Amino acid sequence: MVDTVYRSESRRVLATLIRLLGDFDLAEEALHDAFTAALERWPRDGVPANPRTWLVSAGRFKAIDALRRRARFDASLGQIADQLDAAAGDTAPQEEEGVADDRLRLIFTCCHPALPPDAQVALTLREVCGLTTEEIAHAYLTTPPTVAQRIVRAKAKIRDARIPYQLPSVADLPDRLDTVLHVIYLVFNEGYSASSGATLVRHDLSGEAIRLGRLLVELLPEPEAAGLLALMLLHESRRAARTSPSGELVLLDDQDRTRWNQEQIAEGQALVERALASRRFGPYTLQAAIAAVHAEAASAAATDWPQIVGLYDVLLRADPSPVVELNRAAAVALRDGPAAGLALIEAILARGDLAEYHLAHSARADLCRRLGRIADARASYERALALTRQAPERRFLERRLAELGS
Amino acid sequence: MRYLCLIYDEEKKMAAMAKPESDAFMGEYFAFTEGIRKSGHFLAGEALQPVHTATTVRVRNGKLSTTDGPFAETKEQLGGFYLINAKDLNDAVQVAAKIPSARFGSVEVRPIMEYDQA
Repeated sequence: MVDTVYRSESRRVLATLIRLLGDFDLAEEALHDAFTAALERWPRDGVPANPRTWLVSAGRFKAIDALRRRARFDASLGQIADQLDAAAGDTAPQEEEGVADDRLRLIFTCCHPALPPDAQVALTLREVCGLTTEEIAHAYLTTPPTVAQRIVRAKAKIRDARIPYQLPSVADLPDRLDTVLHVIYLVFNEGYSASSGATLVRHDLSGEAIRLGRLLVELLPEPEAAGLLALMLLHESRRAARTSPSGELVLLDDQDRTRWNQEQIAEGQALVERALASRRFGPYTLQAAIAAVHAEAASAAATDWPQIVGLYDVLLRADPSPVVELNRAAAVALRDGPAAGLALIEAILARGDLAEYHLAHSARADLCRRLGRIADARASYERALALTRQAPERRFLERRLAELGS
Repeated sequence: MRYLCLIYDEEKKMAAMAKPESDAFMGEYFAFTEGIRKSGHFLAGEALQPVHTATTVRVRNGKLSTTDGPFAETKEQLGGFYLINAKDLNDAVQVAAKIPSARFGSVEVRPIMEYDQA
């Protein structure tokens, strides 16, 4: 019973406690103490009508008590305890709006641009998603002490440089939201396609990212947040079809579309439509729109490539990056034939862009192969192989190389 | 809370500015300083003479060593500073962003270590 409440409420209670107590560590201790108290009292007295308010209240009192006890050794803590106590009058009753703002405050603070990017990710996973240090370390193929240190340093910076626990101002919101979306997408991508190692997909992180995305959409009426959630859902909808039972990579063209998750597709498409209708959308929404066009096609052959190229044209204006150019080139190849796509890819590589990007070389290789330029295809597959560390992708490239014959 | 804003510019580029441009740039600095005096952020601020006037002092094993130049050769050089009072980092960053050199160089924002606090 307390367990259920913990799962559904602990993150919100933490977010509010951080605001009331002004310190992450103090708030985490207070959260722990509050749930300990709940474990003692609720079996006896019954679950309170508003568990969250009860927990926030209990947490706050426990924190003030703890500070007072420690004040015997450090007088300044007594002052802090007094301030917190006095602020009791200012603690507005936990209206839904106030609590919703606290969760947003927490997300925006964890993703503050003054924190290093890997710390933003670790802090968000720890404080907003409630993952343990071990879980984060496992997901990112690093050690718990490394993650712990990142988090400790981030909290220290928040405290020492005084990063405020606040929603960004209206003027700052677009940039700050970009950082939050970027963190969420990093987490999703890490889960979707492991950056190195034996298995291609790590579900847990993708699930966390989608949960985070949902939370953001719930709390903030911003089209790009909806766009990102749509993009993640549409990618995720293909999870079952993306790898063969033996863990081999299955390209979009060859995927069994009956294994695509239609519920996620429907949800993703609805979100895309909503976001596009707002006319204030950006790159995530456009990428999601492209994914939605794929999702609509009953088969690879039925894909509306002209629409996809059109969407890439818009995306390129919003996000003029070589990777977007590459993806557009691949779509052009499918609309206008391999030669057209290859010309675009070779132009990118000739500029010196994407030289170290394995997908640029594998895309070039594929188009060369279709045009019968076997030697060029072989060279590009070899270059791609040299640049990728992921086992399933390496096996895929090796197979393609073998298929070229000698 | 106090923050130090350290202003880094590419000295060569600044020196290569034509007179009307550099006068305008100085005008911007004057306006900026006035602005933060009015807003109560300003505590101190100075421009530094160019990096060729720098001297670096080190004492090792009781021996004084004085070398010509900055402590390290960098692409951008320290050109000046502002010591400001700000509510929190967001506030300090807002102020730093308005420093004219922020558009061409970099401004490092660092909180002051306040020893009189616990």
